[in-house]
Amino acid sequence: MTADSKGRYSSGSQSSLLSRAYKHHLFWPLALWIALLLFNLFYSPSFFKVVVREGHLYGSLIDILNFGAPLMLVAIGMTTVIATRGIDLSVGSVVAIAGALACQMISKGSDQNALSLVLYAIVMALVLSVALGLWNGLLVSITGIQPIIATLILMVAGRGIAQLITDGQIITVSSTPYQYIGAGSLAGLPFSIFLVAIVFAISALLTRRTALGLYIESVGCNPEASRLAGIRAKTVMIIVYMFCGLCAGVAGLILSGNVASADGNNAGLWIELDAILAVVIGGTSLTGGRFYLTGTIVGALMIQTLTTTIYSVGVRPEVTLVVKAVVVLAVCLIQSESFRKAIISRWKTRRYPAEREVTRHA
Amino acid sequence: MAQQSVTEPVLKLTGIHKRFPGVRALSGVDFRLFPGEVHALMGENGAGKSTLIKVLTGVYSIDEGMVEMEGKRLVVHSPQEAQAAGISTVYQEVNLCPNLSVAENIYIGREPRRFGRIQWKEMNRRASQLLEERLHLRVDVTLPLSEYPVAIQQLVAIARAIDIQARVLILDEPTSSLDRGEVARLFEVVRKLRGEGMAILFVTHFIDQVYEISDRITILRGGELIAEYKASELPRLELVSRMIGKELTMLDELPKTAGETRASDTQSAIVAASGLGRKGAIEPFNLSIGRGEVVGLAGLLGSGRTELARLLYGADRADQGKLQVEGAGKGGVHSPRSAIDAGLAFCPENRKTEGIIEDLTVRENIVVALQATRGWFKTISRKRQNEIADEYIRTLNIHPPNPEQLVKNLSGGNQQKVILGRWLLTQPKLLILDEPTRGIDIGAKAEIQRLVLTLSREEGMSVLYVSSELEEVLRVSDRIAVLRDRVKVEEIDKDEMDEQRIMKAIAGGEGA
Amino acid sequence: MLKRQHLPVAATIALFVLMFMMGSFRYTGFFSMQVLLNLLIDNAFLLIVAIGMTFVIVSGGIDLSVGSMVALTTMMSAGLLQQGGWPAWAVIPFVLAVGSLFGAAMGALIHYFKIQPFIVTLAGMFLARGLCYVISINTITINNGFYTDMAQTKIRFGDNFVSPSVIIALVVLALAIYIAHYTRFGRTTYAIGGSEQSALLMGLPVARTKIMVYMFSGFCSALGGVVFTFYMLSGYGLHAVGLELDAIAATVIGGTLLTGGVGYVFGTFAGVMIYGVIQTLIVFQGTLSSWWTRIIIGVLLFAFIVLQRLFTMRSDRKTGSVEKMA
Repeated sequence: MTADSKGRYSSGSQSSLLSRAYKHHLFWPLALWIALLLFNLFYSPSFFKVVVREGHLYGSLIDILNFGAPLMLVAIGMTTVIATRGIDLSVGSVVAIAGALACQMISKGSDQNALSLVLYAIVMALVLSVALGLWNGLLVSITGIQPIIATLILMVAGRGIAQLITDGQIITVSSTPYQYIGAGSLAGLPFSIFLVAIVFAISALLTRRTALGLYIESVGCNPEASRLAGIRAKTVMIIVYMFCGLCAGVAGLILSGNVASADGNNAGLWIELDAILAVVIGGTSLTGGRFYLTGTIVGALMIQTLTTTIYSVGVRPEVTLVVKAVVVLAVCLIQSESFRKAIISRWKTRRYPAEREVTRHA
Repeated sequence: MAQQSVTEPVLKLTGIHKRFPGVRALSGVDFRLFPGEVHALMGENGAGKSTLIKVLTGVYSIDEGMVEMEGKRLVVHSPQEAQAAGISTVYQEVNLCPNLSVAENIYIGREPRRFGRIQWKEMNRRASQLLEERLHLRVDVTLPLSEYPVAIQQLVAIARAIDIQARVLILDEPTSSLDRGEVARLFEVVRKLRGEGMAILFVTHFIDQVYEISDRITILRGGELIAEYKASELPRLELVSRMIGKELTMLDELPKTAGETRASDTQSAIVAASGLGRKGAIEPFNLSIGRGEVVGLAGLLGSGRTELARLLYGADRADQGKLQVEGAGKGGVHSPRSAIDAGLAFCPENRKTEGIIEDLTVRENIVVALQATRGWFKTISRKRQNEIADEYIRTLNIHPPNPEQLVKNLSGGNQQKVILGRWLLTQPKLLILDEPTRGIDIGAKAEIQRLVLTLSREEGMSVLYVSSELEEVLRVSDRIAVLRDRVKVEEIDKDEMDEQRIMKAIAGGEGA
Repeated sequence: MLKRQHLPVAATIALFVLMFMMGSFRYTGFFSMQVLLNLLIDNAFLLIVAIGMTFVIVSGGIDLSVGSMVALTTMMSAGLLQQGGWPAWAVIPFVLAVGSLFGAAMGALIHYFKIQPFIVTLAGMFLARGLCYVISINTITINNGFYTDMAQTKIRFGDNFVSPSVIIALVVLALAIYIAHYTRFGRTTYAIGGSEQSALLMGLPVARTKIMVYMFSGFCSALGGVVFTFYMLSGYGLHAVGLELDAIAATVIGGTLLTGGVGYVFGTFAGVMIYGVIQTLIVFQGTLSSWWTRIIIGVLLFAFIVLQRLFTMRSDRKTGSVEKMA
């Protein structure tokens, strides 16, 4: 991300900058991702092999898209929340709840394959997800509770709610239309990837073609100045949390559709952390402001590729966690102003430690 | 008070220079502080008061110059070292921990201990004793500090300061949130400490208080030392003029470009406030602004200028009085958004934290307010945005002329012009400018003033112009309201407007 | 005399008593000393971990790595005992040292590089969990004599008994109360939570204290891990998943303000007991499933957080004018 900020500063005096800065922005996540892909190219050439079987595409790349879909969705929602200086820890729970509700409704139906039933279940699951997002949004904007804490409540209670819906069972469904969401394919590609594309397109349209994107970035950048400029910051916050809930809900449908079952305990476990990681890798700062949906998508793809790579290298997949930890720290250190300053001007800050502190707060 | 002539200064600063990137915060400032005196440090915003204090307390390093304490050279690198050297500071925003008990706030870091165990009883006893004997304060020292009003918190901060065997006590605007009775109580303590030989550096912007308590006054302006006076030998009026930077004797009749030809229609008030006030911010006031009229707000820093402006704009909620705004919706003006809808616009004093949205571009910063009033879907097309940005960059002479520049990379003056552009775009009926020329260069200042005149004369826009630069207020205003110590004290019409008259109103007391 | 600042803790204790009474009236066999002691036996590790969490939250931070640290401790213990052939007396100090160092390192990152505690400890959480799997992805059962003894020993008094883990937890509790209220480290922790800027200007050792707070939390997690190992007699990478949430919930329900500066270690004890009593109630009820624990905890968490918010809003208003002027 240093390259990005450097790029923005140095090229600051020239015109038509935004597009270039934007490109800069994708530079690091893309470079990392490509490096990973190249590694795979040398290590296991079969990684890039895509075969066509019965009209479907198969291969590691397709797997990355397919398994990465829920993460990409959740990360898109998370991006908008983080852009307003917020965070949503409850997405994992919402994923579980959405899947649980849909599966529960379908399994209770007389004909599980009935399209109307499946659609009804899907709509209800998504409505519930948005309502949960609304709950988070209200807590954050109206009561003014810090986002980490406000969404912690649903994070804790959410899995219980999911269990409540499924009565503590892992509910399996045998519904072709429902399974299609997570496991079906369209034009040879996994159907889930089209869902990602649709959500991405909608969010890009909403944030870049309407004023919503400007509002979000403005509120995330400087809430007080935004308020004085007439933006209704609270409404903006509620909307992004609702959108984040919706994204998590769709992800939940994909995940449960893929395995044709709902597991309140493990569905979407730790997806909030991966999503935050994807957002940060994608270049959106945790302190809010500018956000990059494309960067987030690349970040999510990178995380998924990492998982797949580690798997194909033959290291135990669980070790991914160690790698992720290192990536989180590295990205945060690079984003940390103090870290950069510490490297640049060690001597001065050591002599007058308080100058640094007080100027920070001034 | 009378012993200064015989004693040596406890603290002596000579030729202090301090530069920040782009700013000379202090240039060649000398300062002396004697034991047993209260020494007021005066100056408007940007005069260098707070930099000087931060130098003294070891927060900032010095580029040049020397600090001597009792004849010995003193170099401190942190507040802790300054404390150890005998310099204690009580800050305006009480720098204590509200969650800890009163006793702890006095003794934390120096608690009485036995084998590492904190002796609470002993600590509470000592705290009660200290507060009672030296500050005449009887409180339950075991309660959290947050249970007490700010005045008491202030006294507790002083208790902490003096218990560290301080010889120099710096009071940095300690009275800004106290009421009259609380100030009296604080001053009682200050007098007692002075009697005990403490050297007290007192920073405030309340003129009455300066004359009530201080023995000596040092005035800073623009990072330079203006002069040091005995309080008894400096008339109020002269103090104000020195702070503002106009020699009274040298005042010439200013060229009044403003107004003559202007037909300000005071009959139809755009905004009328009656008895509007907010506790702790500004006492109830009446003010009406007519169409095409420029009303100046004069007064020193902390006199309630900004608070008044914010109430009119709905940025803060008034807790009494009535505000009528022409064209406001049913609910009246109760929030910035409703103010904008009613045709108000507000350039805040604090450009960085309340004005610019720093990570956004010049273009985005300009269109944001207009876009906010239009809602999400009635977007301004990118093409139109570019046109708007280019137009304002040209008319306001924003540099660099690049709409995609991030606004944080612009100079202060250009940032101010961006915010002006943001509001002009909404075509307001009343433009509230709070210190629009602070911290910007002369050229930009002139441009902004000229713009105000043009807007009011040619477009019939009303302007509320808040500034600590008297000359500026005089030049642009049709009418001037004067504030002192959070009260609107006077309203001066065009024909009576002159610098001397206004300074008297600002100074109050025997000068008025 | 009951002071206002003790009110949240008093509320928590009252809530615990109320819930316990409720259980006693409804279910036969609920009202007994042993049920009460079982709360301690089953939640000794949670108590220890939550105590460390209390210090972190009081200092204004948060530690998400505790659950993973517990898992890592069980894994290291199991690995060293079973595969490394280390004796118990070497394993325990070793894992405690690892936990403390781990915490200290996170504290240093948080303080010196000003990265949000949330994100640093999140990385710590990933790292510790991942390291578990580096050791092994499977469960390692422990059959070391000392550990099985610790698991089976019953310290009896009268008809009732507790496990050695309970003793350890209670000792930690007593020590932590002492540290919080009678040492400079403890008081500085509160001061930092109240206002870090003020603490700095008052000349308190902010850097050292902050690092030590996370070190203490790391130590508590490791000790909680040791006790958990006694309880489970195995090491497994999926042990104690979500424990960080339970610890945070217990701390908050115990009256500790999530914004820092206010809280009591004893309150956390009460919070853990409430957690235990909810579990026990659900067991006694019979038809309700264990996931209700999570929901009830969530509801309590919500109630306490909203109460806290009201509480702080009130005091904000009191001192609000000062901040405005600043």
